[in-house]
Amino acid sequence: MTEQKRHQPEPSYLVDTGKYKGLMAWLTSTDHKRIGLMYMYAMMVFFSVGGLLGVLMRIELFYPGQQFYGPQVYNGLFTIHGIIMIFTVVIPGLAAVFGNFSMPIMIGAKDVAFPRLNLFSFYLYVLGAIIALSSQFMGNGPPDTGWTFYAPYSIQTHTNVVAAVFGAFVLGFSSILTGLNFIVTMHRMRAPGMTFFKMPLFPWSLYATAWIQVLATPIVGITLLMIIAERWFRIGFFDPSLGGDPVLYQHLFWIYSHPAVYIMILPAMGVITEIIPVFAQKRIFGYKAIAISSMAIALVGYFVWAHHMYTSGMSTTARWVFSLLTFLVAVPSAIKVFNWVATMYKGSISVKPPFLFALGFIFLFMIGGMTGLSLGALATNIHVHDTAYVVAHFHYIVFGGVGFAFFAAVYYWYPKMFGRMYNFKMANWSFVFLFTGFNLLYFPQFIIGIMGMPRRYFDYLPQFTLGQQISFFGAILLAIGFIIMLITLFSKKGAKAPDNPWGGTTFEWRIPSPPPLENFEVMPEMGLNEGPYDYK
Amino acid sequence: MHPETVHITSYRTHLWILITLLALTFVTITVTWIDLSALTVLVALVIASVKAYLVLTNFMHLKFESSLFRVFIGMVLAIYVLVILFTLSDYLFR
Repeated sequence: MTEQKRHQPEPSYLVDTGKYKGLMAWLTSTDHKRIGLMYMYAMMVFFSVGGLLGVLMRIELFYPGQQFYGPQVYNGLFTIHGIIMIFTVVIPGLAAVFGNFSMPIMIGAKDVAFPRLNLFSFYLYVLGAIIALSSQFMGNGPPDTGWTFYAPYSIQTHTNVVAAVFGAFVLGFSSILTGLNFIVTMHRMRAPGMTFFKMPLFPWSLYATAWIQVLATPIVGITLLMIIAERWFRIGFFDPSLGGDPVLYQHLFWIYSHPAVYIMILPAMGVITEIIPVFAQKRIFGYKAIAISSMAIALVGYFVWAHHMYTSGMSTTARWVFSLLTFLVAVPSAIKVFNWVATMYKGSISVKPPFLFALGFIFLFMIGGMTGLSLGALATNIHVHDTAYVVAHFHYIVFGGVGFAFFAAVYYWYPKMFGRMYNFKMANWSFVFLFTGFNLLYFPQFIIGIMGMPRRYFDYLPQFTLGQQISFFGAILLAIGFIIMLITLFSKKGAKAPDNPWGGTTFEWRIPSPPPLENFEVMPEMGLNEGPYDYK
Repeated sequence: MHPETVHITSYRTHLWILITLLALTFVTITVTWIDLSALTVLVALVIASVKAYLVLTNFMHLKFESSLFRVFIGMVLAIYVLVILFTLSDYLFR
């Protein structure tokens, strides 16, 4: 090789340099960046399908009484909407897409610790999603249990519960393997000089998330298999008519599914923690407090599951224990919000699309969090349990929180992913539509929920009509905002992106856009007095 | 464990652990014939924990690993103990 050739820049990861070309090159790639993008494309498809099902539900709810479909179809719609959105979009969500794309670069690694296992996780994800979705078209019709598969109804219904449950089981395996991979990567592959307390805070949030993935997911895995075993062999774990205990199902299900909310939200918080110092050009306020609060959320979040079960008939002692713990978990979340605001204070703020979405996240997450506290309080919870209020709270956290953080992350890392910029004006319009549409869609649900509108009903009393109709128009605005975002990002190529378009300080902004296959031509090091957020 | 380090456990030790695990499985089954009321779950969990300890330390070579692994596994066990205790705050006080 000549000297001149040796100094040519490495081709980007988007160029096929291996044995295969085109689609096969992507499907067989063990490169963390390509796997991250494959997750992203898959999730955008699932999100579009789940969103469409949500719009179909809103169409039925436009007027009281039956409009287009009866209760059975409506039950199928909200069940599959939940299964798609929870298990294939928000749980893998930011960790699978941006954890894969950005985390190894941010810690100065060439890839994750187990690249083949990473690709295997992706295929398990696809397989699990296909099995879960096939439940719609096979057997005795779509499952009608809701995404929670509550026993004993999930044991007794004749709809196709087994396929949906087994799909969720396989998706869980994908999650466990990704978590395991990330834990090992962050322990073993950090750049020289990068101690744990010099690691950027997005990887920190992924580290906390990964522990929940590894420790909590097996519990829901075995619980879902118990549902199948009970349906097939009439064993009697959960069905009282067989000697089982339905409350035991709720315990087992929520022991995973509440920490799963933190699997969703922790990486979202991590993304926001990356974006705010970059667009305020200021060192993050309270680095250690944010890092430790991620671990605290993961730990305390493990022990709050039964706040979903206040009306299930469990003991009074358990109810006040879990209510107390629920209030405790709010503390580390509030620490983060305080630190984000303190970081912005007297910063040199530049309002670009990722920052706008980050602000949107904080606003919506605060509403979601505060209404979560009112649901964690025993007396209020009994009043609003299983009403539209819960639907609103949940969507403010999962869509307002995770969704807006996901959009923020796409706009933030897009130039690094594709080496191209996008139209800021269009991106800002997408924010206006998404933010306005979101609030119009979900805020009325708080009000009609307090008024007594139950969740998961296809029909309602006339006094809820206005709220339901405002929600419908919100859903349309939201859909328009999402379409504008897709057009902004994928319709035409923008100008070439510089290596560091936002003035960031973490490692991914020190390499070319898009990055070369192995990320770094020279392995990075972190100096003794250097930190991840050193702004001048 | 260092990649080049190999730990060889004798067949005799492995055999004894296998016999102990089988014996504990036998105990797990036979103990269900005795009415222990509230202690039933506790007894089952204690036997299962002893079996898990034997597998982790010997078959999974935890006794040869660095203390970091032991700390992690200790933390995981602590979390599971807490999960069970919090669940019992429902079942024992209904």
